[in-house]
Amino acid sequence: MSIDMAQFHQVFFEESFEGLDAMESGLLNLDMGDVNVDEINTIFRAAHSIKGGSGTFGFTSVSDFTHVMETLLDEMRDGRRRVTQPAVNVLLGSVDCLREMLQAIQAGGEIDDGSVSAHKQSLDSELNNHSAANTDQIVPSEKALESAEREPEITGWSIAFSPHLHMLKTGNEPVRMFRELSSLGDLTVTADLQGVPDLYELDPEECHLSWKLDLVGNVSVAEIDEIFDWVEDDCDLAKQARLVFPPDFGEQNYDAGVSDQLVAGAIDAGPGPGPAEPELAVKLKESKNDDSKAAKGSSSIRVDTSKIDTLINMVGELVITQSMLSLVGEHFELSKLDQLKNGLSQLERHTRELQESVMNIRMLPISFVFSRFPRLAHDISSKLGKKIELKLVGEHTEVDKTVVELLSDPLVHLVRNSLDHGIEMPDVRLAAGKPETGTVTLEAYHRGGNIVIEVCDDGKGLDKEKLRAKAIEKGLIEPDVILTDKQTYELIFMPGFSTAEKLTDISGRGVGMDVVRRNIQALGGNIEIISTLGKGSTISIHLPLTLAILDGQSIAVGDETYIVPLGSIIESLNIKEDRLNRVVGKGETFLLRDQYLPIIRMHEIFNVASAKHTKLTEGLLVVVEGQGVRCGLFVDDLLGQQQVVIKSLEANYRRVEGVSGATILGDGSVALILDIPGLVRLANQ
Amino acid sequence: MSQTGATKQVEQQEKKAQVENAQFLSFTLGKEEYGVDILRVQEIRSWEPVSRIPNVPAYEKGVVNLRGAIVPIIDLRERFDLGRSQYTPLTVVVVLQAIIGEKTRVMGVVVDAVSDVIDVEKNSIQSSPSFGARVSTEFINGLVSVNQRMVMLLDVDKLLKLDGLDTLGEINDDEIKKN
Repeated sequence: MSIDMAQFHQVFFEESFEGLDAMESGLLNLDMGDVNVDEINTIFRAAHSIKGGSGTFGFTSVSDFTHVMETLLDEMRDGRRRVTQPAVNVLLGSVDCLREMLQAIQAGGEIDDGSVSAHKQSLDSELNNHSAANTDQIVPSEKALESAEREPEITGWSIAFSPHLHMLKTGNEPVRMFRELSSLGDLTVTADLQGVPDLYELDPEECHLSWKLDLVGNVSVAEIDEIFDWVEDDCDLAKQARLVFPPDFGEQNYDAGVSDQLVAGAIDAGPGPGPAEPELAVKLKESKNDDSKAAKGSSSIRVDTSKIDTLINMVGELVITQSMLSLVGEHFELSKLDQLKNGLSQLERHTRELQESVMNIRMLPISFVFSRFPRLAHDISSKLGKKIELKLVGEHTEVDKTVVELLSDPLVHLVRNSLDHGIEMPDVRLAAGKPETGTVTLEAYHRGGNIVIEVCDDGKGLDKEKLRAKAIEKGLIEPDVILTDKQTYELIFMPGFSTAEKLTDISGRGVGMDVVRRNIQALGGNIEIISTLGKGSTISIHLPLTLAILDGQSIAVGDETYIVPLGSIIESLNIKEDRLNRVVGKGETFLLRDQYLPIIRMHEIFNVASAKHTKLTEGLLVVVEGQGVRCGLFVDDLLGQQQVVIKSLEANYRRVEGVSGATILGDGSVALILDIPGLVRLANQ
Repeated sequence: MSQTGATKQVEQQEKKAQVENAQFLSFTLGKEEYGVDILRVQEIRSWEPVSRIPNVPAYEKGVVNLRGAIVPIIDLRERFDLGRSQYTPLTVVVVLQAIIGEKTRVMGVVVDAVSDVIDVEKNSIQSSPSFGARVSTEFINGLVSVNQRMVMLLDVDKLLKLDGLDTLGEINDDEIKKN
């Protein structure tokens, strides 16, 4: 029986990465000293399923590594080990290491053996520490036996195996497992028939039997575990080793187990193991990059089944409406007009709902991005010796998947900035009369058709004078320029601008704020800064909810119809002759409330020969804003507002300056969607 | 037994024929006759008004909605400098698939009339003569003679490349990556 396991790999990787995220956040939530059983169980379960899965798929290096983590976690779970910060740090490092291993396997690359064995060593030394200090307390347990299995003294195992009633329904067959066990050694099976009910009460699909298995032979616990791997949650299983020297094996066996692993690690590692304690921040950064790559590679999406259910319901409704309409249409007479109208309005409603729920499938809670920040805050605060509390608000706000993916890098940069530059050292904070612990709040909420994401800190804020001085020093502005507050803050978005006195390894490299702004703008959003010196700063990002649908205003220029994104329109007005001016005899401007707006004549810039109006006073001026630049578009007429589905021009054609995409209008014709900043660029050429 | 053997033989022959023969859709532009690989022809449509694209060469007529995809329409007559033609509902648009890298791009070309499907033996295709810089023949895969008429076989992929549709797209992708 050969199944192509490769088809399940994708799912395994997705689940494993989810598991790793769960482990990470679980580890960060752990309270030191005390053992929160729920949290540890979550972490343990995640580790365990990664181990199981990787074992099944033959990624032995992953399963071996996870096994060591599991041992450590198991001791914490049983209360045999206290939860300490060093242990948690080692585990967090191991989570990173595991993630890298899995990413390497997924990409078909090489696993960094040096880093793996280094992490394994730190795990082992964590395990050792403990066992050396507490050997006397250790009760012989499964885990202890597990280590003991490497000792040649084991002569066999006694296994009590009582499946839960439903086990057969999960597709597991005890006889097969016994057969496999018997291939490991000399197996004696005793069935316990006590639980079997009368024939009339017996459900043949339930498993009422339990077994006692005696296995004689030099068998490792891993081999046994492997056989019971799939039924672990569906049965009660107890294993006991038969040993030649039963008592006082504690310390010795631990050591034996550990040294075994060390040897294995050393073989894996080849020459020279890597550094024992890798730099967390650096690791984190790298893994983030890999994350985004992996996300681009696989384009699957996990959808809440309730969303699918709604969709199916909706389609059902649509089918009913359709059949009703066709019934009306079959023998149509004028008296049925009302019926027809009703049907059509129902159809419209269903279509709209269907559209909304289809869009909904692409929506993911923003927690997908937010969830990485507790770790970032944890690492950075411990690295810099700062005290930082990270608050996440509105993590369940849903955003389009593409937005989520493209948002994460800019957001990491902003949060890192706040943590590194914004929040002061504890003593500085105390001296300034602020609480020792700084707060960084990450908040997401909907406003209008937009989503707003704010990164807010109560740190030192931006120093306007410093910004200004820096900008003058760098030659970005003239010394005598007067800037508003907003304009001053905008300076940090200029390329090549950095306020950090020195570059640290946490921030100040890689992407700059100019790139952050460009990325946000590429998503059709904008970014704003509000700051008070000494009190903190808030950076808010406004983004459209989805990239696929937009509210548009159709405008007419001659025979052509164009769509202007509604969000960029400020107002539309008639042009009065006395408010028109010319700059240098050419550039036309319109005076609107003390502001001279440059006028872009659409028919000229797009060469529309059929334009109805060429005299400014006859047409309309649509005042638009894009990337902070305001201008007036001169058009023939306004047609109407509608939601449009954005289609790519580039899929079959190419990018066109001044156009961001196309859409299909109700009559099936194509209308171009205007790209306001591009249009301004085009007009300036 | 012998029967299955016979079918096998027929199949093999058919396969052989497929390798050696190719089918082309021929169409006319003025007095000239052209052909495109029939496997690249997605459909044949009548002319419908297009949405004009601003600031592009005149032979790029615009874009149309082809069942939800935005597809450019290129006038081959104008593209090859064979003069302009009047568009009527009888004007033919051949929708072609070009394969660039792993992507399939679709475009419509306006031709005067579709004439025939021609079977061409592959080894009867002559390479196109070179005219130097005077006549660009990059997009011509070869020449073939059908009933004493010369048919120019077009390379669909190169045709799209020629129009700069492909390269511009690539540059664009790179720019995005850089950002």
